[in-house]
Parts: sequence; C-alpha cells; structure tokens
Amino acid sequence: MAKASVSPSAEERLILTKKNRRWDEVRGRSLVTICAVIMIAATIAVTVFLAQKGLQSFTVNNINPIAYLTSANWNPTGGENASFGIFPFIFGSLAVTFLSALIAAPLGIGAAIFMSEIAPKFGKKVLQPVIELLVGIPSVVYGFIGLVVLVPLLRDHFPGIGFSLFAGVIVLTVMILPTVTTIATDAMRSLPNSLRQGSLALGATRWQTIRKVLIPAALPSLLTAIVLGMARAFGEALAVQMVIGNTRDIPGSIFDTAGTLTTIVTLNIGHTTYGSIENNTLWSMGLILLIISFVFIFIVRYLSGRRKI
Amino acid sequence: MNSRITDRIATGVFYTIAAIMVALLLYLFYFILSNGLPQVTWDFLTSPSSSYQAGGGIRDQLFNSLYILFITMVITVPLGVCGGIYMAEYAKPGKITNFIRTCIEMLASLPSIVVGLFGLLIFVNITGWGYTIIGGALALTIFNIPVMVRVTEDAIRSVPKEQKEASLALGITRWHTIKTVILPYAFPGILTGAILASGRVFGEAAALLYTAGLSTPTLDYGNWNPFAENSPLNIFRPAETLAVHIWSVNTQGLIPDVREVANGASAVLVIAVLVFNLLARWLGSVIHKKLTAGK
Repeated sequence: MAKASVSPSAEERLILTKKNRRWDEVRGRSLVTICAVIMIAATIAVTVFLAQKGLQSFTVNNINPIAYLTSANWNPTGGENASFGIFPFIFGSLAVTFLSALIAAPLGIGAAIFMSEIAPKFGKKVLQPVIELLVGIPSVVYGFIGLVVLVPLLRDHFPGIGFSLFAGVIVLTVMILPTVTTIATDAMRSLPNSLRQGSLALGATRWQTIRKVLIPAALPSLLTAIVLGMARAFGEALAVQMVIGNTRDIPGSIFDTAGTLTTIVTLNIGHTTYGSIENNTLWSMGLILLIISFVFIFIVRYLSGRRKI
Repeated sequence: MNSRITDRIATGVFYTIAAIMVALLLYLFYFILSNGLPQVTWDFLTSPSSSYQAGGGIRDQLFNSLYILFITMVITVPLGVCGGIYMAEYAKPGKITNFIRTCIEMLASLPSIVVGLFGLLIFVNITGWGYTIIGGALALTIFNIPVMVRVTEDAIRSVPKEQKEASLALGITRWHTIKTVILPYAFPGILTGAILASGRVFGEAAALLYTAGLSTPTLDYGNWNPFAENSPLNIFRPAETLAVHIWSVNTQGLIPDVREVANGASAVLVIAVLVFNLLARWLGSVIHKKLTAGK
C-alpha cells in the first residue's frame, strides 16, 4: 500500500521526467553561463584594479605622466631629488621585443614552411614534437641557461660584461621561436591545396610558389604569429631579468646592460613599501604592461579580420 | 635554370632552419640533463632546501609545486570546461559572444608578471592573506582558464554533428545531450589539454613570485591537519615552488652551491614537463581508442 503511493504511475512519471529534464536544462545552462560570466568578470577585474592602482602615482603622488613616460632619469630613492622617468625601461622593453622578433620571425616562418611545404612527414614526426617540447621548457630554465652559458660566452668574445641587451634578445628569441613557428605552421597548413597545384601547374618552382603565392596568401596569419611572439617577448619577466643586467640607463649598444619594464617591476615590487611613491610608480609600469598587451590583442584582431582565406 | 638554382638554394635554407631548431632542442636537453641528472639523487629530492649552506635539497619546493598545481587544476578544470561548453554549445553569434571571446583572448595573452601583480593586489594585499598557496593558485587560474576553455571548445566542436543531432532528434534536451553524448566523446581531448596545461602551470614562476611567495615555513609531513601552521596541506601558508626556487637561488641566493641546486631543480622541472607531455599523448590516444572502438 505504502509502496504504491511512492512509485508513480506511468503517466505521472512521464510528466515528472519532463519537468525534471526542463529543470536540468535550466540548471545546466545557468551553470555554463555563470562560467562565461566569470571570464568577463576576471578580465574586467584585472583591468579595473590594475588601472586604479596604476593611476595612483599620477592622482595621489602628482607625478607628471608626460615626464614619467619620457624622462630618462630613474632615481626613485633620491629623497628630495627623487625622479621618476621610465623611458629607459620602455626603450629596453621595445628593443628586446623588436630585436628578438626580427630574429625569430624568419626562423619561425622558415620552419613553418619547411613543415608544411618541404617535408611534411619529417615535420610532423620530428619537428612538431621538438617545438612542443621547446614550448614546455619553463622560462626560468631558459633564464638559467642564459645565465650560465650565454653570459660567460658573451663576456669572453664581445665587449661588455656579458649581461646585456644582446643576451636578453637571444634568450627571448629562443623562447618565442616555438610560438611563432606553431602559429605560422597552422597558417601555412590551412592554405587550400588548389593554390599550390595551380601555381605548380603554371610551371612555377616550389620556391616561386612559396614566395609569390603561399606567403602572400598567408600573410595576415603570419603577421599574427609574429605579433603574438612579440607579445610574449614583451611580457616575459624572469628569463630576461636573469641575463639583461637591469641597469637604469639607456643602452648605448647591444652589448650594454639594460632594463625592461618587467624586470624592474619584478626586482623592486617585493622590497618597496606598499603605498609608497616608488611602489606606486612600479604599479604604473604594470598598468603600462597591461595596456600594451591589450594593444597587441587589438593588432591581432585587426589582422585576423583581414584574413582572406 | 636560374629559377631552379634559387629553388635549390631556398630548399637548402629551409633545411638549415629545421636543423637549427632540432639542434637547439638537442643542445638544451643535453645541457639540462647532463648537468642536472647527476644532482638528482634521492637525498636531493627528500631533504629540505637550505638558505645559506651547501647541500640543500628541494623537498618542500617539489611538494609545493605539485600541491599548487593540484589546487589550480581543481579550480580551473570545472570552470574552464563549463566555459568551453558555453562557448561551443550555447553562445549565439553576436556582440556578447564576441565580447566573451575578446575577454578570453585578453586573459590568455596577459603577461604572467601582470597576472602576478593582480594577484599581489587582490589575494595578498586587499584580502590581507599575505603570501599564500591559494593566492598563487587563483592567480594561476586566471591564465589557465582561457587555455582550458579553448581546449574544451575545440574538443566539443570536433564531435561529429550527426551524433549530437541524433540525440536531439530523440527529444533529449540540450544539456542532457551534452552530458551523455558530447562530453564523453570530447573527454580525451579535454584530458590531453588539461595535462598539457598542467605542464605549463608546473613551470610557471613570474605569477607566483609575489602571490605564493619566496619562502616556505618549516613543514611537518606527519601533520595532515589542513589548518595547522606547519601542515603541508595548509592552503594559507606561503609556498615557494620549484620554478621560483630556481629564480631565487640565482638572483638572490646566498648558498654556495647555486649551480648544483639550480641544475638539479631544472632537470626535475624539465623531466616533469616531459612526463606531462608524454602522458597527455599516451592517455589521449588510449582513451580515444577505447571510446571509438578502433584498433
């Protein structure tokens, strides 16, 4: 008797499951929507909090933003004569970023072409895993190898003390090479085969096909690869910090020591008092890093909008 | 004739570039392993690090790395998988979806030091926790989520359309289809992605410097009470990870055997990443074979 009242009739069961299913759907849908909202919230939180903190040097400490960005005199511990000019670090960051992209771009795109056009089988079997492993090596390990191998090597064979802009550029080149290669390879592989066949059928050699047909067709994606590599180089902190020397002057040559935004923030934010003027100027550098990484994203979005194929 | 010669030269150049890449990897691995492996002894792995004497090990750093990795994945995987499901199944093309996509791209491309700064601001200063494991794990979550979302979305999109449509045509709701048809099919892809992301988290340092901190309290591995000060499981204690340790001994270390410790720790780190990589491939293919009943 009691049992019968618990187990529902077939009709009731049908209605019940239908109701359950609908609730299930609502629950599931809200769950995944909440997760999507969390991502928006995280992005906004990062932007708002870092902006609010980073602007304090200008709003609370009354540092002139123009002087902050353009002055080459960084002397935050000078007491009365303290001055806050971060131009040397902006220069250092831009220098390592562009120089490493300049070396990594031809190598990375070359490797991508090798994998997609010249030896696809060898590329997939050997080069692809090699690149994935290179991506996996942690950045501190790159920095450490730079410190114990590259710096002494440069000290012995070039002017300067080894710690230099050049050492930073080489370490970063090795680090961004896999990034550039992977994206460039995807770009080359996604080109339709008809392009290659059409060009070869007209009697063009493989190199002519690559240079005149394939590279122009893949150009926006290849540029995206380079920009993402640059974004990575710009934001890398520890590996560069270990080899670049971290000085506050604009380097006169590539064998001079230098400093970048990331390295100065990394080194100093731990031992300056929270809320002090020097600490605030470091947060402003963090804000600049954030803004520039947004700029990189917008360039990438612009490029992907121009993709034709 | 001329164009044939340039073709030959170009081919040669491409071969050289490929050779450079392979040589680079071989050199790096040879360097790390030949210098590091002799250091990696049982004693090195199981003795605590020393701040001024030679002969310290990496026991606590190794444990911290694994523990932070575990907590990060516990937070990231559900969030990232749900986010990926939303993007693949529920997001309608339009302004909002576009905005979410931009957010994911931005999170993915944030420099890790910027994520570290954000973590320092929120999880260390505003909450007043100080340097903690949970702060470090939450900071790592921020740049791990976009990876998980992308991996999940790709895995779900690779599910054959017919399977999904067949389920929907039977009158089964969307969510039920996702749970019973799509997720099992996409599981190997998601798992592979999660393991690869783990490798990334394991080697991450910049975001942890000022969130999980540069020190570890004296730990008592017999104490399993997660609320005790000296318990390894306490998530509100500072924790230096392996990658952070390599950086800190090299830049501000006082120990005389910096080279040895850094060599050994680098070898452990690289081997761990290698294991993650191989495990991801192997598990991915094994489960895929099982699910698809292929040979």
